[in-house]
Amino acid sequence: MAALRPGSKALRPLVGRSFSGGVGRLARERRAERRDAAVSRFCPPRHSCHDWIGPPDKYSNLRPVHFHAPEDESPLEQRLRELRQETQEWNQQFWANQNLTFRKEKEEFIYSRLQAKGLGLRTESGQRATLDAEEMADFYKEFLSKNFQKHMCYNRDWYKRNFAITFLMGKVALERMWRRLRQRHKTTS
Amino acid sequence: MAASPHTLSSRLLTGSVGGCLWYLEKRAIQGLPHRVTHLFRNVNNQWVMVQHLSFLKRMYVTQLHRGLSQRVKPKPEPAASPFLEHTSSGQARAEVDELPSPFVPSLPLSRKPNEDLVELEAASIVDRSLDIAKETKEEKQWKEMKVHADDLPGILARLSKIKLTALVVSTTSAGFALAPGPFNWPCFLLTSLGTGLASCAANSINQFFEVPFDSNMNRTKNRPLVRGQISPLLAVCFATCCAVPGVALLTWGVNPLTGALGVFNIFLYTCCYTPLKRISIANTWVGAVVGAIPPVMGWTAATGSLDAGALLLGGILYSWQFPHFNALSWGLREDYSRGGYCMMSVTHPALCRRVALRHCLALIALSTAAPVLDITTWAFPIISLPINLYISYLGFRFYMDADRRSSRKLFFCSLWHLPLLLLLMLTCKQRPGREGDKGEAPS
Repeated sequence: MAALRPGSKALRPLVGRSFSGGVGRLARERRAERRDAAVSRFCPPRHSCHDWIGPPDKYSNLRPVHFHAPEDESPLEQRLRELRQETQEWNQQFWANQNLTFRKEKEEFIYSRLQAKGLGLRTESGQRATLDAEEMADFYKEFLSKNFQKHMCYNRDWYKRNFAITFLMGKVALERMWRRLRQRHKTTS
Repeated sequence: MAASPHTLSSRLLTGSVGGCLWYLEKRAIQGLPHRVTHLFRNVNNQWVMVQHLSFLKRMYVTQLHRGLSQRVKPKPEPAASPFLEHTSSGQARAEVDELPSPFVPSLPLSRKPNEDLVELEAASIVDRSLDIAKETKEEKQWKEMKVHADDLPGILARLSKIKLTALVVSTTSAGFALAPGPFNWPCFLLTSLGTGLASCAANSINQFFEVPFDSNMNRTKNRPLVRGQISPLLAVCFATCCAVPGVALLTWGVNPLTGALGVFNIFLYTCCYTPLKRISIANTWVGAVVGAIPPVMGWTAATGSLDAGALLLGGILYSWQFPHFNALSWGLREDYSRGGYCMMSVTHPALCRRVALRHCLALIALSTAAPVLDITTWAFPIISLPINLYISYLGFRFYMDADRRSSRKLFFCSLWHLPLLLLLMLTCKQRPGREGDKGEAPS
């Protein structure tokens, strides 16, 4: 039930490179634990032989998948499952960090702008003070340009992984079809 | 995660009249695993949702009437519950029954334990119950990734962005209808089908590439690949099964030029526009070309050649894309910034508005060029002037005000402006044999 962590060393540098956020390692690990707990807490029904997909994660907005490992799993199927699992974790880390950083920097920006204007964090009615879209535009532009390199690395890795997973899925599907044909041939002959 | 306003804790805390009271036996509370009764009430109607509870020793069903009466009725535990898959601490699996409540008679309670004890226990149970409720609710949101044959058409329709495909096919049809020469129905149908298939393929590949980005944007978070309703392999297979027959239909059923344009457009959209969205603002110009090619394909399907009329029609669609997309992107700046999309509205806001206005004005110029190239009569620039001026006015307002309101007005105007413009073009189409009669008044 717990997610298998393959020692795929080739992909480790990718994880490190695309992860240049300013969030502490401890916070990251805590989040990873929470996310792992969320995925591992779910147990699919015993009779099910499919993967299960859950609701969007609070931080990354990505939907976690619980991968099903059948008893007669071939090495190729195992490789596919491990690659998907690792890609899921890698994606989760990137987007959770990205969204949290965005939220944090947005709050800081709003606070600093409000301070510059001489306003407090709350309006007279007690509601949270916000800036309008035009004032926020400066922040959006700055955030996008600051994270540009990070996104370039992520895009490249994401495309590579997506192609690899889909290609492996194709191979697995062919392997399964071949296996079924052979079994049918054996039973008929 | 917001709790339902009708959860137990709110009832106990607010003490609202008609709230539910829990009568739980001490034995049942102390037993393992912890299972709790939840009561939910839908205030909109008389139906009561009751969650079937299964303790170790006995099962209780509590019904809440809209009034103040309630009853607790012990029920014998069934021999084998088909809904209990497994038990482990911290997990609750409950069966939900829906019962009509109006006819529940008020009966005296069978048991009434010490109220203080109940309150204390209820408070601790509330916390556990909320946790378990949250877990149960989350658990229920997990879906098996199994494709059902009944759902497949709907899923594939959403994967191929069927509504957008329909719009693309209609612009192709407009191009076909505007082209000179007799209207050939079989050719028209083949062109429409081929273009539709090519568009489905391109849209599917686009969604295949953009899964994590789509998950993070409100507009796109319910797409099939994001929700896991279909696997990436199936999406790619579907795209291939659309692209190959679509292009083949266009190449051999219509003409090779249209087929080539179809392949080029698929390539431009999937391999240029989609990755470019995250690299440079040039993606908007590439996307405008992608939108301009379908009517050109319609024209080349009818005439077999890429002449000035085709390019003018393509030019009109090209110019239209800018007020349409730039206005739309104005309201999505936060999502684009967070998701890493390079859009003019985020990086160069002034350019964004300037380009939108520029192309609104270009539409007037292109409409005027239509009779010059013998596509329409001179009636066309005259009767299309009001709508062209209106969209230009909205473009000007967007340029000056640069706010959400003006961007939305421009976007919604663009949605009806294009179909109306194409319709006017069709009604003013230059008929054959009247090519010298440019000054003809509209009939």
